[in-house]
Amino acid sequence: MLWSSPFITTPVSVSQIMLRVLIALIPGIALYVWYFGPAILVSITLASVTALATEAVMLKLRNRPLKPFLSDNTALLTAWLLALSIPALAPWWMVVVGTAFAIAISKHLYGGLGNNPFNPAMIGYAVLIISFPVHMTHWITPHPVGHLELTFAEQLSYIFNGALPAGLTLDAVTMATPLDTLKTQLHLGLSVEEIRDMPIFGRLAGKGSEMVAAGFAIGGLYLLATRIISWHLPVAYLASLFVTAELFHLLDPAHYVTPLFHWFSGAAMLGAFFILTDPVTSPTTLKGKLVFAVGAGVLTYLIRVFGGFPDGMAFATLIMNICVPLIDAWTQPKVFGKKGAGK
Amino acid sequence: MRTLHKFHGGVHPPTHKTESTRTPIVKAAMPSRLVIPLHQHVGNRAIPTVQVGERVLKGQIIGRPEGRLSSAVHASTSGTVAAIDMQVVAHFSGMPDLCITIIPDGKDEWIAHGGVDYKQTPHTELRHILRQAGVVGLGGAVFPSDMKSYSNRHEIKTLVLNGAECEPYITCDDMLMRERATDIVRGAEVLRELLYAEEVLIGIEDNKPEAIAAIRQAIVNDGHAHMEVIAVPTLYPGGGAKQLIRVLTGIEVAAGVRSTEMGVQCFNVATAYCVWRAITHGEPLLSRIVTVTGNVADARNFEVLLGTPVEELVAQAGSKPDTDRHIMGGPMMGVDLPSGSVGVTKATNCIIEGSPALFPPPAPALPCIRCTRCAEVCPADLQPQELYWFAKAKDFGKTQEYSLFDCIECGACAYVCPSHIPLVQYYRYAKSEIWARERDAQGAETARDRHEYRVFRIEREKQEKAERLAQKEKAAMAAKPASAPAPAPSAPAAITPADFDDTLQFRIDTAVARAKEQAAQAHPENTGTLAPQQQAEVAEIEARRAKIREMAADAGADDEPPKQS
Repeated sequence: MLWSSPFITTPVSVSQIMLRVLIALIPGIALYVWYFGPAILVSITLASVTALATEAVMLKLRNRPLKPFLSDNTALLTAWLLALSIPALAPWWMVVVGTAFAIAISKHLYGGLGNNPFNPAMIGYAVLIISFPVHMTHWITPHPVGHLELTFAEQLSYIFNGALPAGLTLDAVTMATPLDTLKTQLHLGLSVEEIRDMPIFGRLAGKGSEMVAAGFAIGGLYLLATRIISWHLPVAYLASLFVTAELFHLLDPAHYVTPLFHWFSGAAMLGAFFILTDPVTSPTTLKGKLVFAVGAGVLTYLIRVFGGFPDGMAFATLIMNICVPLIDAWTQPKVFGKKGAGK
Repeated sequence: MRTLHKFHGGVHPPTHKTESTRTPIVKAAMPSRLVIPLHQHVGNRAIPTVQVGERVLKGQIIGRPEGRLSSAVHASTSGTVAAIDMQVVAHFSGMPDLCITIIPDGKDEWIAHGGVDYKQTPHTELRHILRQAGVVGLGGAVFPSDMKSYSNRHEIKTLVLNGAECEPYITCDDMLMRERATDIVRGAEVLRELLYAEEVLIGIEDNKPEAIAAIRQAIVNDGHAHMEVIAVPTLYPGGGAKQLIRVLTGIEVAAGVRSTEMGVQCFNVATAYCVWRAITHGEPLLSRIVTVTGNVADARNFEVLLGTPVEELVAQAGSKPDTDRHIMGGPMMGVDLPSGSVGVTKATNCIIEGSPALFPPPAPALPCIRCTRCAEVCPADLQPQELYWFAKAKDFGKTQEYSLFDCIECGACAYVCPSHIPLVQYYRYAKSEIWARERDAQGAETARDRHEYRVFRIEREKQEKAERLAQKEKAAMAAKPASAPAPAPSAPAAITPADFDDTLQFRIDTAVARAKEQAAQAHPENTGTLAPQQQAEVAEIEARRAKIREMAADAGADDEPPKQS
C-alpha cells in the first residue's frame, strides 16, 4: 500500500482528547453529588444512553460507519454537558428530548462531527428552556441549605414518575438558582447586600453551586495543564465577564453583584473551560478566540443581568457561535515572512 | 553569545538517529550495475554524451548540462554503457525518466582530473568547475550550486551552512561533519568567497554534539575568521532552509522571495564538502553519504556511488525480510520509492526500510474537529485546517488566498492531527490541481494565439496573392500596348491608359476588400451579435491581452507568435 509522507503520527486521537475532557468534568460532578445528591448521576447516565443511541441511529441513517464515531466520545461529552446544564431533577423525558435534539438536529443534520456550527449541548439547553421553562427552574436545594432532603430513591421516583413523597411539594425541595433569586429579589426592591444575607448564598455565590463551579475550574486547569485546551478562551472569557461585572458593580454596588459572584454562579466556569472550548464551534485563530470569548463574556453578563433568562451562558455561546466564520475570516494571521509587510 | 530566534510551531518526533551513528561511514560495495538518471537536479535534464557500448571512465561526463539551469552527470565508476533508456527513478510519481545504465568493470579507473587553487582562479571559472562537476544542493533540493554561488559584490552578508539535519532517522550530514569537517569548512570558505559574504553561520541541531565539536575544531585548525558554529535547538523542521535562516539571523524569507534578496544564502554542509572536492581535487559529484536505517539489522551510513540500485545498497545493511517499502528521505517528508531497482541519486540522503510494524498504516481519518493543533505546529504560520477545508471542497482560489504555496509540506500538521487526516496529501493535491489548471490555461492561450496568427497569415497571403495577381495583370496590360500599338480587334476601342489605370485600381481595391471581408468572416470572435456595451468590453479585454502579450514579447519570451498589428 502506497501512501505519502509523513509516515509517522502522534498517537493522540479525537477519542482520547474527548476522554480527557470527560475526566476533567469529574471533580465538578463529584462536588455536585456531594452537595445536591446523586440525582445528577441519573441524568448524566440517561443523557449518555440517549446520546449514544441517537448517534447510532443518525450514523445508520447517514450511512456512516458506527465504530469510529461511536467511540470518539463526542456524543458522550455533549450528553454530560447538557445534563450538567439543566436541573438534576428534570423529568427523564426532558433529558431524552434535549439530548436527542442536540445530537440529531444540531449535530447530525448539519453534517455530524466537525460540521455543526452550534454547540450541541447548548442547543439542547436552549430547546429545553424555551419549551419547558417551568421545569427548568426546579433546582435541588443544596445539602447545607435545605431542611428537607430527598433520598436517592425519592429522587429517582421523581425523575421517572414525577411523584414526590406524600406531603412534600416540589417547592419544598427545590429552589431557583442563586442568579435567578438575585434577579427576582432585585426586582422586588431589595439591595444586593440584603439579598446576599439570604441562606442560599455562600461566600462567593450560591452555597453548593459555588463549590461545583470551583470543581469545574479545577478540571479546567487540568485541561490547560495537559494542553488539551489553550488559555485563550477561558482566560479571555472570565476576564471579560469579570471586567464587565466590575464596571457595573463599581457604578452601583447596591444593584450589581461582584464579579466573583458572576464567576462562581450559573454555568460560567463550566462554560469557560468546557463549553466555549468546543473546538468545532469556536474560532481557530488565536486572535479570533479572544474576540469570541470576550464577546461571550459580555453577552453572558448582559443576558444574566438585563435579559429574561436565569443564566446567559448558553445564549451567549450560541450567539457567538454564529459569528465564528466571520471572526475567523477577519482574524487570519500573517504567514511566515509576511508579518512585516502590509498584507 | 548569539541570540537565536524562534520560528513558529515545530514538533518533536522520536529522532531514531543513534541507530545509524554507532559505526563510521563505510564504502558501499561495488554494485552489479549503476542506473544513473540524467535528471538529478533542478533545471534541464542533462544531454547524454555517450553511446551504448562505449567504455566510460570514473568521473567522465556522460550527460552534459543543457541550458543555464542544469548540471552535469558523470559515470560514478569505470565500465561499459549498457543502456540509455527510460527507467523508473527515485521519484514519488513512479514516472520513468531517461537513465544511463553502466556495468562496472571493477577497475574503478579514473579519468584524468586535477584541482585548482581557488584563490588564484576567477569566480566564473570556479562556477564553471562546479557546473561541470555536477555539484548540486545535497540537502534535498538539488539546485545547481553554480547558480546559487553567484552574487553581486556585497549583496550577501551571511552564508548559512545547514547542518541541522532535523528529520528523524537521517544521519548522513551528522556523520559527514564528524568525519570530514575540514573539507566542509574549507568548502564553506570557497562559497563565502564566491558570494563575498561577510560571515558564515553553521547551524547544527544540539542533538549532534560530536558534529558540533568536529566542525568547531576544524574552524580553529584552519583559523577561519568570520565562521561560527551555532548549536540550534532540536525542533523539526528546524533544518528547513527558511526556518534555519530565521533561527540564525531572525530574517524571514517569504514564499516566492529569494533569500539572497535579504542578504542570506544557504548551503547544505554536504554541498560545501562537494564544492571543496570539486574545486581543489577536481572530483566531480560521483558518490554521496546515504543513511540506511529502519527495518535493517545493521543501520549505518554508506558512501554510495550514484546510480547504485537501492536494493543492492539496503542488502548491505541487512534489510529484514518483512520490509514492505523503501522510503527515500525521512519519515516526515520522504517518498515511498516505486521500486527497489531505482538508482541512488544526488538527492538520496537516506533510505529507511519500512515494515508494517515500524510504519503501521494510518488509522482511518475522522472529520476535522478544528482543534488547530496543526496551526500550532505549522512552521509557516499557516492555518492548515482552513487549507484542508478548502482543498477538500476544491475551492482552489481560497487555498491560494490562505497561502497554500507557502506550505513547505513538512508534515508537522499531519503528524499531530488527532483525526489522522493526511493533510499534506490534500495540499499536494491542491497544488498540483492549480498547476495543471495554469498549464491548461496557458495551453489554451497558446492555442488561441496560434489560431489567430494562422487566420492572420491566411489573410495576409490572400492579400499578397491578390496584389501579386493584380500587379502581374497590370504588367501584362502595360506591356501589351507597347508591343502592339494597334488596338486588338477584340479590345474595346475607347480604352485610354487613364481609364485602364482606374479599372486596374478598382480591381486591386475589390480584391483587397474581398480578402479583408473573408478574413473578417474567418475571425474566431463571435462578437457580431453582442450588444455595443459588450463589444466595447470585449475590445477592451482584447486590447489588454494584446498589451500583455506585447510585454511578454518585449521581455524576451521566445515562443510568442509575431505581433498582429
